[in-house]
Amino acid sequence: MHKDHAIHVENLTKMFGDFTAVNNISFQVDKGEVFGFLGANGAGKTTAIKMLIGISRPTSGKANVAGYDVKSETEMVKKSIGYMSQKFSLYNDLTIKENITFFGGIYGLKKSVIKEKTQRLIDELGLNEVADKPVSSLPLGWKQKVAFSVSLLHDPKIIFLDEPTGGVDPITRRQFWNMIYREAHKGKTIFVTTHYMDEAEYCDRVSIMVEGKIEALDTPKNLKAQYKVDSMNKVFLKLARNIE
Amino acid sequence: MSITLRNISKSYGPAKALNDISFNVEQGELFGLIGPDGAGKTTLFRILTTLLIQEEGEATVAGYDVITDYKAIRNHVGYMPGKFSLYQDLTVEENLNFFATIFDTTIDENYDLIKDIYVQIEPFKNRKAGKLSGGMKQKLALSCALIHKPKVLFLDEPTTGVDPVSRKEFWEMLKRLQQKNITILVSTPYMDEAELCDRIALITDGQILEINTPHSIIDAFPKKIYNVRASETYRLIQDLESYPNTHSAYPFGEYVHFTSRHSNFSPEDLMTFLKGKQHTGIEIFETIPTIEDTFMELSNTNTLATNA
Repeated sequence: MHKDHAIHVENLTKMFGDFTAVNNISFQVDKGEVFGFLGANGAGKTTAIKMLIGISRPTSGKANVAGYDVKSETEMVKKSIGYMSQKFSLYNDLTIKENITFFGGIYGLKKSVIKEKTQRLIDELGLNEVADKPVSSLPLGWKQKVAFSVSLLHDPKIIFLDEPTGGVDPITRRQFWNMIYREAHKGKTIFVTTHYMDEAEYCDRVSIMVEGKIEALDTPKNLKAQYKVDSMNKVFLKLARNIE
Repeated sequence: MSITLRNISKSYGPAKALNDISFNVEQGELFGLIGPDGAGKTTLFRILTTLLIQEEGEATVAGYDVITDYKAIRNHVGYMPGKFSLYQDLTVEENLNFFATIFDTTIDENYDLIKDIYVQIEPFKNRKAGKLSGGMKQKLALSCALIHKPKVLFLDEPTTGVDPVSRKEFWEMLKRLQQKNITILVSTPYMDEAELCDRIALITDGQILEINTPHSIIDAFPKKIYNVRASETYRLIQDLESYPNTHSAYPFGEYVHFTSRHSNFSPEDLMTFLKGKQHTGIEIFETIPTIEDTFMELSNTNTLATNA
């Protein structure tokens, strides 16, 4: 494996019975890259991500994440990554502070570190006034910002974001992407899925999955040139339509 | 009028979910309720479908009052809630049959109306609804909401979490339904879908920001808007935020949409500023605003937005 690759995938396949959910995909993600992982519903994105974060075992093929093999070094993979799912995953009846403390504990951080990180995170997000309120009282966009910050608590090298901005208002959606850029700027690798095609344009490179396979992978600029269209939305429609 | 709302308000405890909402939807209109999660869209749908009672104001649907004529309304509207709410352990066909039966009709009687949509899931009619993919569930839910030939169709975020291809197909289906003279009230957080509606209401924090045709809303955008691009997007956004003339700078796909505080803004001045910050590959040119620009401009003043 090339040492500059944060993620290295070779012929990765996952079958459920006789259904091939992920069909022999190969790609690399560079360190510090914002990588957009796109595809229609049911194309196999979530299954692929589950294999990369070590919670689903590949049927065949190889994947190396943050330098660890997803099959044989699963626990090391989990320690090296942050994950935020499309489904809100903090505890609604805990306060913001309690959630951060709880997840800090889960990640095995020291109490003093948790305390310091909690305060810094709340300051950075500008959430001091609501830090002791239950998470359920926050608007969705803010919840997602907190969830993103929590996924960074243990200082992972790679962050997996599965549709982090679905339903979020346009301003907060952009603030969220500012946070993504900021982390990428610090050298973190970002692996993100989205159904907003304007967000696809914010990625360094984008892959598009169609029926279990990666049908296209390049920079947004090159993809638009290749398919002779002026937006990622049109690239997506062209690719995903063609299969029907 | 197919739907009327006069000064509708509703609170949940101290939280005001809807604050003095008034608007009308005409017969056969495709009307969009555009706003983020938590704006109050679902509360509005629940009031209009008689599942929730407003605290203040009056509303009618298909000529019936939502409180006194609630039973009549239930016979004349179709409602597709945001959360999938069909019977997961019934098959596709059983679900459709069930909804036809409770409305005292049959699949055959109104098959014409759902044909376009139903043929796409008919091959799976013996599959349990819980085992369908997201796109198929959505088509089944729409078929079930239509099976009694409603006058008014309520669709609460039918495309949330749905990929761009399925979203496009869904809107094509709505356009065909509209031609059958069904009034449609649809909500969505996707601003690009707003442009497919006859008229839209932009809603946030329980308040209507604006109601008009998408075209008029775009035309009313108060400022000139510029596409700005440079080689390093992240640094560009940061520098634009520190530029003294900046009113707003938001990433929009491959460009940043920029508006100035001053009406006599000159792009050359921004060019000089960015060059001074060692940016390369700079492009600045005027562009057309979108619904999303308007939404952000209008909501900027009344949200608790801070810089993350």
